[in-house]
Amino acid sequence: MTDPLVTVENLVIGATTDAGRHVEIIKGVSFEIAPGEIVALIGESGSGKTTIALSLMGHARSGCRIEGGRIRLDRSEITAMTEAERARLRGTEVSYVPQSAAAAFNPSKRIMDQVIEISAIHALMPRAEAEAKAVELFRALALPEPEVIGARYPHQVSGGQLQRLSAAMALIGDPKLVIFDEPTTALDVTTQIEVLRAFKSVMQQGGISGVYVSHDLAVVAQIADRIIVLRGGEVQEVGGTEQILKAPQHPYTRDLLAAFEPVPHQPLSAAEAAAGILRPKPVLKVQDLCAGYGHVSKGEPRAKVLKNVSFTLERGRNLGVIGESGSGKSTLARAIAGILPPYRGTALFDGTELRPDLRNRSKEQLRRLQIVFQLADTALNPNHSIGSILARPLTFYEGLRGKAREARVIELLDMVHLPASLRHRLPGELSGGQKQRVNLARALAASPELILCDEITSALDTVVAAAILELLKELQRELNLSYMFISHDLSTVEAICDDVLVMYKGAVVEALPAARMSREAQHPYSRLLISSVPQLDTGWLTGLEQDPELVAQFARR
Amino acid sequence: MSPSLLPWFLVVQRLGIALLTLVIVSFAVFFATELLPGDVAEILLGQAATPEAVAGLRAAMGLDEPALSRFVGWLVGLAQGDLGTSYVNNMEVVELIAGRLGNSLRLAGVTTLLSVPVALSLGIGAAMYRGSLFDRMVSVLTISVISVPEFMVATLAVLIFAVWLDWLPALSYGADVSSIGAMLKAYAMPVITLSCVISAQMIRMTRAAVIETLNTPYVEMALLKGASRRRMVLIHALPNALGPIANAVALSVSYLVGGVIIVETIFNYPGVAKLMVDAVSTRDLPLIQSCAMIFCVSYLSLITLADLIAILSNPRLR
Amino acid sequence: MMADTPSSTTPKGTTRDRTAPKGPGWRFNWVGRIGLVIILFWGLVALVGPAFAPYPPGEIVDWDYFGPVTGKFWMGTDYLGRDILSRILMGARYTVGIALAGVTLACSLGVILGMMAAVAGGWFDMILSRLLDAFNGIPSLLFGLVVVAAVGSSIPVLVLTLAAIYMPGSYRFARALAVNVNTMDFVTVARARGESTPYLILREILPNILGPVLADLGLRFVFIVLVLSGLSFLGLGVQPPNADWGALVRENIEGLSLGAPAVIFPSIAIASLTISVNMFIDNLPSKIRDRSE
Repeated sequence: MTDPLVTVENLVIGATTDAGRHVEIIKGVSFEIAPGEIVALIGESGSGKTTIALSLMGHARSGCRIEGGRIRLDRSEITAMTEAERARLRGTEVSYVPQSAAAAFNPSKRIMDQVIEISAIHALMPRAEAEAKAVELFRALALPEPEVIGARYPHQVSGGQLQRLSAAMALIGDPKLVIFDEPTTALDVTTQIEVLRAFKSVMQQGGISGVYVSHDLAVVAQIADRIIVLRGGEVQEVGGTEQILKAPQHPYTRDLLAAFEPVPHQPLSAAEAAAGILRPKPVLKVQDLCAGYGHVSKGEPRAKVLKNVSFTLERGRNLGVIGESGSGKSTLARAIAGILPPYRGTALFDGTELRPDLRNRSKEQLRRLQIVFQLADTALNPNHSIGSILARPLTFYEGLRGKAREARVIELLDMVHLPASLRHRLPGELSGGQKQRVNLARALAASPELILCDEITSALDTVVAAAILELLKELQRELNLSYMFISHDLSTVEAICDDVLVMYKGAVVEALPAARMSREAQHPYSRLLISSVPQLDTGWLTGLEQDPELVAQFARR
Repeated sequence: MSPSLLPWFLVVQRLGIALLTLVIVSFAVFFATELLPGDVAEILLGQAATPEAVAGLRAAMGLDEPALSRFVGWLVGLAQGDLGTSYVNNMEVVELIAGRLGNSLRLAGVTTLLSVPVALSLGIGAAMYRGSLFDRMVSVLTISVISVPEFMVATLAVLIFAVWLDWLPALSYGADVSSIGAMLKAYAMPVITLSCVISAQMIRMTRAAVIETLNTPYVEMALLKGASRRRMVLIHALPNALGPIANAVALSVSYLVGGVIIVETIFNYPGVAKLMVDAVSTRDLPLIQSCAMIFCVSYLSLITLADLIAILSNPRLR
Repeated sequence: MMADTPSSTTPKGTTRDRTAPKGPGWRFNWVGRIGLVIILFWGLVALVGPAFAPYPPGEIVDWDYFGPVTGKFWMGTDYLGRDILSRILMGARYTVGIALAGVTLACSLGVILGMMAAVAGGWFDMILSRLLDAFNGIPSLLFGLVVVAAVGSSIPVLVLTLAAIYMPGSYRFARALAVNVNTMDFVTVARARGESTPYLILREILPNILGPVLADLGLRFVFIVLVLSGLSFLGLGVQPPNADWGALVRENIEGLSLGAPAVIFPSIAIASLTISVNMFIDNLPSKIRDRSE
């Protein structure tokens, strides 16, 4: 093997917290990258993967500092350089593809000016030559209208296109190493495929080395040669992609892989089904529901989001709603909860009609139908203790006070597997998973019959999300709940739901049992969506064949 | 609505709001001065006046008409340039103001021309070299200036330049303006004082606006492309901070309105503000109303102008 | 379940630190502390200072005018021969008292209306915002001039005028903060639970905007002190024989060319109060301070 392109030895990065305390975020990490090799940094939030990737450019975000170890890139000793010397390397030797291209493009400058800026900063070539090269790259990255797309402003192109444009921006200076920082995380699955393909092909053609930062093993499996598993600023395991996927050594890697394939959903047992028969009315029956935002004229809002949505949710069963961003799935939950009153259509809860606006519903109706939001960070008031967050619905719906309320709060915390002592803490002191459990416990405090779960596992790390799913199933068995489970992630929906609605542009395109979804989906969009979910298989992307017409029709690239 | 029309729609909307605001402001000015005091006729005639004399004067001044119709009449008069007659010396308000307005505008104009470029460069410089000695010095200076009343800045300036150094005259009024040097001297003190007062806010707000854009991902991206600090600030941050900076400039320049009142009084400068302060002490209502409207109109136009710049500099609306 | 512990970017120590700026345990650097001490000092003076005045503030005690600093008159005497120290101690009550009353009135009204507008939205919000924005279109000192010209100057008039000048700004500030909080999911959850508007305002929104609102109150206090001093300087504020600090400067402005302590000490009093409030607020922990300027 030739000399490595990048050598990182015993890297230590420290950070100073707001309160002035010093902590180490990267605790002595070492690895190498060979020329032409793509190495993935895998880890959950807080593992330090982005921090390490940025340090390869000699950059540490504010508050952080490279405190020890060596980073060598080709013949340059990055750790020993001055800031001005590092600036000379950036863009020419090593370049960066950001997580959110939408935020990383300057909104007030044309795309072309930003793509070729590296050549201007480092005086690499005349402007005309740089523009010609940029157009070549646009073509190689399969961007539409490569000749003229550069004349637009960033807000005038789609997210997937921007992400590819940011790759062109990174490649214009012929770097030896490109750093990809979660570049497809913010994209929809159908968009992600095309972006991944484009990345892969330009990297292969140029023989460029890459660092691919991600939390998603399936994505990384498609593009990386080697995987480094990180946790808490330390390397857990290093290995070839095949080896990590097929024969993981470290227990943490095994946990990550296990979380990827959740335990399949067990349909209702006979006894539970019998309990449902006693009250045979469906818990929720929605008919021709229409909702939207904006100014209302002639009884219809300007922006119509939901278009005649109908479905039935039987008691004790779970309904999954899947779709990509903008499909209206979250709007559906808000319309049913009455937060966004639907302008047409009906929702029957346990046989009685729900008024469109929640202000006109009875307290009892509100109690029986609860909604849980995606981001526990914003769903819990940061100034209220966990105890008072859980106590409020108890007081509000049942008039519980004093000792009885306290006992019930402890009971609720126990239901979601949290210690009773947590009730004295503030939400800011809890981890993401703990917050989501509290979020759930607050809904349980109302003793509901139906819980609308809006992407409640999407913001969590995979291992934590898997635990929350297990908890949901357990609660369902104990409390005879029904869930309406909204997600963009098919495997999550498969793991918990009995039936699935596939939504596209505000309408339900297909409804079918979850267990048969991957095999029997009929509607072309459902098939496209299902086939776009990355698999834990290194050959999946190369072997994937999608009908180009289907793609053109439904994917917004 | 087509995207190219949207900014113009917003511009028209903003102008409409400004007009509406002007009507409300004039309403407030009119009623604050006309309705709250006891009775203008009584004030004018003094306490010894007989009820008959008061009633006669009221009728003569049209004060017994309903307030709203007087308001409308006043507005129409304003629009036609008829500002009424001073209670005190029976001169046309227009004439009283005409002589002074030029002086005030000159003072404001010179101050703006001097302070805006200086303040913007200081603010941008402080942001570019954030945390440096320069930045900290600018911070301390600006916070000191915005923390003290305008008259204190003026007093300090008098103390230093007129009393101790004896470079400049302490008063502007009646100063010899025959030569350029003498004129500069006459203007120097008010201009220095006013510039200090309005620059401090402008520097602080400019610095804050630039620093805010420096924290965005696209500026970090520029850093990762190898851009220098200078390039990051001037090419990437500044164009996006244009809206907030325009706002800061307009807001600061509108401090002129408050500053001018104090400065003209202290330096005995023959401007509209001095006229108004004098009118307040003689309770000359038509004069007060007219002066107040002049200030409000200039204040409003500045703020509206800044909003328009912010709208038009937003690339998403282009 | 195993990874369900606090994530490692925020080690256990830091999570504790992050919540430290709560209640009385706020951390300040030394600049902020000095500011706080001076503010508290002037607050105390305004409360009990006049009781310690060596002479009655309105009485002529020296045959000389613009007397220098002596053992008998610690801060000299004014243009009539009155003791400046006594007059400053009394003036603190006017300056601090009027400004505090004005700012409290302005901010409580502004914040309550701002939160109501943010939660209620719709017509209520639009009309109130338009109206108060229009009111904001009047320069503050000018408004003071006009009102004082119209109704004459007295302490209640001053307090109400100053409050009226700064209420729209406070409203706008609080409304902007409350609109942000109002879009948070926890408010939506409370609303979906069926909570009433007063509950939403007082329990869900107010605690989350309190920090910035208090910082804003401090800044507005400074502006009010400045405008009050300006009015007094123009002879339209507190009326003789009483005097706030601005009026003290005005009375003794003739002594400026003599370098009389009678004009210097009141100026220092004003500057020390306003600068220390600014120092204090600028050095609040950023979490509390984050205000939109």
